[in-house]
Order: sequence, then structure tokens, then C-alpha cells
Amino acid sequence: MELNFDLMVKSFPLLLAGAGITVEITAMSVFMGLIIGCLVGIARLCTIKPLRYLANVYVDFIRGTPLLVQIFLVYFALPGIIGSRVDPFLAAISACSINSGAYIAEIFRAGIQSIDKGQMEAGRSLGMSWAQTMRYIIMPQAFKRIIPPLGNEFIAMLKDSSLVSVIGFEELTRRGQLIIARTYASFEIWMAVAIVYLVMTFAVARFTGYLERRFETK
Amino acid sequence: MKKVLVFLMMAIMACSMMLTGCGGSKEEKKAEPAKVLRVGTEPAFAPFEFPKEGSKELTGFDIELVQAIGKQMGAKVEISGMGFDALIPALNAGNIDVAIAGMTITEERKKAVSFSDPYYTSGLIIMVKKDNTAVKSIDDLKGKRIAAQIGTTGEMKSRSVEGAKVTTFNTQDEAALELKNGGVDAVIGDLPVMEYYLAKGGSQFAMTVGEKMEAEQYGIAAKKGSKLVEDINKAMAELKKNGEFDKIYKKWFGEAK
Repeated sequence: MELNFDLMVKSFPLLLAGAGITVEITAMSVFMGLIIGCLVGIARLCTIKPLRYLANVYVDFIRGTPLLVQIFLVYFALPGIIGSRVDPFLAAISACSINSGAYIAEIFRAGIQSIDKGQMEAGRSLGMSWAQTMRYIIMPQAFKRIIPPLGNEFIAMLKDSSLVSVIGFEELTRRGQLIIARTYASFEIWMAVAIVYLVMTFAVARFTGYLERRFETK
Repeated sequence: MKKVLVFLMMAIMACSMMLTGCGGSKEEKKAEPAKVLRVGTEPAFAPFEFPKEGSKELTGFDIELVQAIGKQMGAKVEISGMGFDALIPALNAGNIDVAIAGMTITEERKKAVSFSDPYYTSGLIIMVKKDNTAVKSIDDLKGKRIAAQIGTTGEMKSRSVEGAKVTTFNTQDEAALELKNGGVDAVIGDLPVMEYYLAKGGSQFAMTVGEKMEAEQYGIAAKKGSKLVEDINKAMAELKKNGEFDKIYKKWFGEAK
């Protein structure tokens, strides 16, 4: 079967520009998600009931609805409620951060819970408060354990960010779609898009591996 | 022992699920030697193809036309929906036999697919918000923000406007919603679709401006070089001769063609 290599090569600069936007959205979303996730993850474990309840509702709702629907809600439904338009970039980052936050919250929670209960007991019996034990004893140990799933989440978000194409955002997948709409070279362009995603996720996977090795306890 | 039981149950469930799948298709193959015309469309383009109120069945000018053509050809019509920009790739991949979706016959598209004789004459129009007095024609759109549906002649026209910032959406409705929310200054799309949209409530916040642009003709698309085009043209000619075509046209567009 004939492959239009020429078109593939010519399209790479356009696709790479889109990839740049993909990385930008992913990095900002995961970064915001880390902050949200850390707080919500701890909130799921703390003893203040209303806080824990709120955290549970948040995680359940976000994990229970598709990211696509969340993006539509933020971009198309929200303006109807608040009366003014939502900037597409803001909408994309918000939807992805809130989504990331819920999954990262679970990653943090699992990481914290995997630390031996004895650590918390030891910290408390030394006179430290719950918060102090968390900060100085539990979290540093949990950190090493959450690196692999966090890397996973970053890779997942890299691919999920393709969904923001539905609000017209010209990230990698959308760039591919636009080129195909002009040239009808479906196979060649989608192959090129897949290759670019592969390169990005591979790089992240390698970096995660490096981080794991760096924090390995001898 | 318990673990073995659980494993066995799951294995039986998996096997029975696979078997029901097999059984179904075997039965179908025995009872279905008739010709099938697999039609692709984008079911969000009223009044050409859109879901019937309160049901998932499709209706519209294109839908009724293609069903009449199928009946004329003696073929069973199976309609599947997909994104507009996915139609031509689906034709090339052989997933569908023909595509009918208010698709304009253009030189670019003729290189990729074969078209039937034209069945509708349309054009592009600009839609803006009702309170917009600045935009009266396409010349006023220089440097403005325009929304269009991806892969359509509306998108191509938008990109031809000097300095315009074009945002593409998967469906006409999303482009119109973007206009409503103030994300763009104008939408460029097919005239009959815009008029239908305004008639169904869109006129509360939007209106069309300017002249009808780019007289375009819709055609039914088939894989490049496919013999189906002749069959479809023959069927359509028959429908035009016996008045069926005019009946469907009058139903959706009022006056006879």
C-alpha cells in the first residue's frame, strides 16, 4: 500500500507545534493536580469529618465522570451559569487539573496508607502532632512510593489532553485532524500523530525510571 | 478450592459471552442475502440529517432522500453516524459505501472521492450575534474571530478571510454555542442549516448577515471510482421522474426545486 511519506514529513513541524501545546497543558494540569491531590489525599485521611466528606465527594464525582464530559461542562455549561464566557485555555487547564487532582489524591492516599502504622504511632508518642508527623515522617517516606504512579498519571494526562480538541484547542490530536480534513491522508497523519505521542510518553517513562533509581533506598 | 470455583465461574461467563456473540452473526448471515447500502452521515446538521425529536432515529432531507434511493435500488439502507471530517476517511477505508451529509462537491474532494449528480444547491452565509452592527458582510470580518465546523467549506471560507482567527469545532451546534458565549464574532456555515437553526430558536440571540456566498452543490460521495455512483445517479433520476424527489424536497424546503 502506498504511503505518502512526503506528506508525513511535511506535517511534522505543524504536529510538533501542537505537541508543544499538549506538553504545556499536561505539565500545568499535573502540577496543579499535584497541589490539589496532595491536599485532598491527606483530607481523605484526616479526622475532621466535614473535610473528609468534601474530599470524598470531589474524588467520587471526578473519577465517576468522563474527562470529556468534564471539559464540556467547564467550557459550554459553565458560561450559562456564571453568565460570562470562559477562556478556552483556562477551561482546558481547569478541567484537566481538577481531573488530575482526583486521581493524584488517590495516589497520595494509597502512598500514605502504605507507610507502616507504626511510623505515625512513633511520631505521636514522641510528642509530635498529627500534622507534624505527616510532614516530617510520613510524607518523605511516601514520596518514594508515589513516584511510579505519578509518572503514570503524567503519561495518562499527556494522552487524555487530546480531549481538549473538542473546544477547538489546537493541540497535537486536533492538528492531525485539521491536516486530514484538508488532505484526507488519514493513515499517514494518524501514524505521525501516534509516533509523536509515543516519543513524548517514552521520554516521560524514562524520566520516571530515573527518578525512581535516584530515590532508591540502599 | 474456593479460588478454583471463582476462576471456573469467570471462565464460563467469559466463554458464554463470546458464544452469544458468535451465534448472533451466524443467524444474521443465513437470513440476509439482500443488498445492503451502508450510508455514513453526520447526524447533527438539521434540516439535512438530525435525530428525530425524542428518539434516536434520524430524519431530515438527506436521510429521506437516501432511503428513497435505497428503496429504488432495492437495497437495505443502514445509516451510521460519525464526525463530518471522518466521512471521507471512512469511505476510503471501506467502512461505509456512500456518504450523504450536506457535503459540497469541491475540486479538492473530487480528488479523494467520487460524487453523484448534485441533489441540492446551497451556499455559505455568515451568522453573527443579534446586537452586532459592525459586521455586515465578509469584508467586515477581516481580523475578527470566526468559528466553523471542521472539514467544511465554511471552514475553508473562514480561513480565506484576511487576518481572521479561525476556531474549528466538531459540530455546527458547538460553533453556534461558541458564538452565543461570545467566543467568536461570527460563524460561517451552510445557509439552510443556519436558517433552520435561527427558525428553531437561534434567532433569539443571532442573525445572518450579508449575501449568500459560494453557490455550492451537495452530492452523495462514494469511494473513488466506485460503480455505486452510476447506480445512485440512475436511482435519483428515477425519483426525479416519478415525483418522489420533489415530494421530499417540498416537505423540507417548502417550494419545489
